[in-house]
Amino acid sequence: MTTQAIPAGNGAPTFYVTEEEHHPEGGSTMLGFWIYLMSDCLIFACLFACYGVLGHSYAGGPSPREAFELPLIALNTAMLLFSSITYGFAMLAMERNSRSQTLLWLAVTWLFGAAFIGIELHEFAGLIAEGNGPWRSGFLTSFFSLVGTHGLHVTSGLIWMIVLMVQTVQKGLIPANKRRLMCLSMFWHFLDVVWIGVFTFVYLMGVLG
Amino acid sequence: MTNTSDLAKIIFGRLSLESIPYHEPILIVTFIGVAIGGIALLGALTYFKLWGYLWKEWFTSVDHKKIGVMYIVLALIMLLRGFSDAIMMRAQQAVAFGDNQGYLPAHHYDQIFTAHGVIMIFFVAMPLVVGMMNFIVPLQIGARDVAFPFLNNFSFWMTVSGVILTMLSLFIGEYARTGWLAYPPLSDLAYSPDVGVDYWIWGLQIAGIGTLLSGVNFVTTIVKMRAPGMTMMKLPVFTWTALCTNILIVAAFPVLTAALAMLTLDRYLGFHFFTNTLGGNPMMYINLIWIWGHPEVYILILPAFGIYSEVVPTFTGKRLFGYTSMVYATVVITILSYLVWLHHFFTMGSGASVNSFFGITTMIISIPTGAKIFNWLFTMYRGRIRYELPMMWTVAFMLTFVIGGMTGVMLAVPPADFVLHNSLFLIAHFHNVIIGGVLFGMFAGINFWFPKVFGFKLDRTWGVRSFWLWVVGFWVAFAPLYVLGLMGVTRRLRHFDDPSLQIWFIIAAFGVVLIAGGIACLLIQFYVSIRDREKLKDTTGDPWNARSLEWSTTSPPPKYNFAFTPVVHDLDAWWDMKARGAEHPTGGYHAIHMPKNTGTGVVLGALATAFGFAMIWYIWWLAALSFVASIAYAIFHTFNYDRDYYIPADEVARTEGGRPRSLATQG
Repeated sequence: MTTQAIPAGNGAPTFYVTEEEHHPEGGSTMLGFWIYLMSDCLIFACLFACYGVLGHSYAGGPSPREAFELPLIALNTAMLLFSSITYGFAMLAMERNSRSQTLLWLAVTWLFGAAFIGIELHEFAGLIAEGNGPWRSGFLTSFFSLVGTHGLHVTSGLIWMIVLMVQTVQKGLIPANKRRLMCLSMFWHFLDVVWIGVFTFVYLMGVLG
Repeated sequence: MTNTSDLAKIIFGRLSLESIPYHEPILIVTFIGVAIGGIALLGALTYFKLWGYLWKEWFTSVDHKKIGVMYIVLALIMLLRGFSDAIMMRAQQAVAFGDNQGYLPAHHYDQIFTAHGVIMIFFVAMPLVVGMMNFIVPLQIGARDVAFPFLNNFSFWMTVSGVILTMLSLFIGEYARTGWLAYPPLSDLAYSPDVGVDYWIWGLQIAGIGTLLSGVNFVTTIVKMRAPGMTMMKLPVFTWTALCTNILIVAAFPVLTAALAMLTLDRYLGFHFFTNTLGGNPMMYINLIWIWGHPEVYILILPAFGIYSEVVPTFTGKRLFGYTSMVYATVVITILSYLVWLHHFFTMGSGASVNSFFGITTMIISIPTGAKIFNWLFTMYRGRIRYELPMMWTVAFMLTFVIGGMTGVMLAVPPADFVLHNSLFLIAHFHNVIIGGVLFGMFAGINFWFPKVFGFKLDRTWGVRSFWLWVVGFWVAFAPLYVLGLMGVTRRLRHFDDPSLQIWFIIAAFGVVLIAGGIACLLIQFYVSIRDREKLKDTTGDPWNARSLEWSTTSPPPKYNFAFTPVVHDLDAWWDMKARGAEHPTGGYHAIHMPKNTGTGVVLGALATAFGFAMIWYIWWLAALSFVASIAYAIFHTFNYDRDYYIPADEVARTEGGRPRSLATQG
């Protein structure tokens, strides 16, 4: 709207838009959602900062080297990265207006995402079973909170994906649904980026550093 | 017996009859008052059959103007609550010397100072600021609504939910006794095992989500929905400050959300973020809360600066002096507000280098702020100043705020702060800037825009009375606190031994009586203005001969704000249109696309309240149920694709037919 040119005045300037206006519906949604993601990013920033401060407060409990199983986490990371690629394929299919392919790729993405959550829960359950739950030390508190918050985000993404798949089945790839799929796409890739940070700072530097 | 009590625990959690504070006479009298008032209000609403009207026209409305009005009504109601807390504290401190223990037990007094701070910041100042932005920003940029109208309604109801939870703590259980920011380890479960801190956490967490979403909404609105021709450097200063404030909200409130969530995990699941034991670190909470908290004070003050920047040019009949420097000063303050948080706890002992850094950044903020003061003064210089109410508040602000700003610079010097930290000097300082800056600004704004909102001006006589009582009352109430602070009296004390201090507390209490008169006059001002609304009517849409676009439409504006979107050629767009004789078209209307009302915000707000209440009282089944229900309802809402409608062209023509000629031809 702001980029709209002011009618070049021959003499008297125009003070009102008198022709009918057409605003592309939901034209602000992407920007709004992006701003929301940046605010969400700050929540992760706080959790990373806390991990930075508390990450070495073992309080006699395990250190990262003892607590983490790197091969399992590598597998988990692969799941999430693959899910991002397949979400990308879903968006390409959406651009081609192919509903069935979009749904197919979303289903594949969902399975990868669910596998990620499954492996994460397995890791958490193992730690808790060994008596290394979040209440054990400052390190484990900040670890569980950071990774768990990411996991909760992925879980909400999975629920959201089901909702959008149902809506795509019901209404097809109408503009409103495409917009929603784009938002979830940004959300999904954003979680991927956060995970890269988690994987690097928490797991890799914890075990190898 | 054990079985029934177990069952009761499952059903009611921590809640029992003992949670009702019937042994506290002050609370019982308050409760009776609130109950009678509440029943009378509900009865009146039912008798006059207003429920349908309120539901259809207000509660479910996605119109930014109505949401703005609701925010301000909410803030004024909460002002009365927060102010009663102030009166109680001042009365206690005026009498509790030597053998006299005053009338408030410590248990109650500590809740009062916590509630006073929380309510005044979160539920008075914030809703005033957000309400003001809601009403004015879309009108100033020539838009028909905000970017996400439903989200706006939802944000409001989340704020209401926070208010309800905070108010409930009066009569069910108790409020936090920790001070308004609930520092751990005091706020940990070990030292505050009761529900008080939980009321504090959930009230703020829920309201905070609403505020965060408002921030997202307004940044998007201002970036994407400006009228054609309105470049960033033609944006009215109030909208500029609103943009910066909302950027601050988006960048600061997530930190509050995170800090509250961590405290929640410590209290509910035994985590060790902020505990003394097992590797927790309480100072991390204090860092996080002030990384939110310091930007928060700029979130409050910047829109007030914006209001003064609209009022001064209007009532001096001149263009704002130094518009560009005003914009840059605002942006610089926005950035600097993130680099000063540590000055709230120089005494943490982070060392001379860190303290010097934060001391210097804090002092630097006074430079752009000072530039603003000079810009307003130079705008007034050789202007034809009209001392209408908004202008009076503005002048009072400048005189008061400069003092508050200078005592702030004093506190920014770390060695001085080691002496003054947590003293009444600090209390006097921040009341000096928040009352003298934010509140005076909001009163200026209310008096300035009231005719735009309701179509009639506010009564001047009662406004002037309120003004003098407030301004004089403020100084009488807080000047003694500066003195006491310099003598070393610390904050949050319930009882004193040294009788020589008493006279200062009595003077301060008298100041609060004057402020009470100011609030009474404000309420009478509203009443008298509504009574005399025909006499005070604004038929022009532009009663002050003002400069920005909100004055180019009728008072009150139609639902759709502008039948034809204005085209902007100059800063002070409406002044330019008047000067060049812009003609408003009198025909050729088009149908206008508008968002539909929805009850989803109210439903989700109610579910959030139930969820918060259940979490506070450990009623786990209700917490799970209301959480799942709110997710399900939100999803259900997304299945409704039919969210907008068109106001037909002939209805627009009918509405615009009532438009006063003066608006079309003024110039």
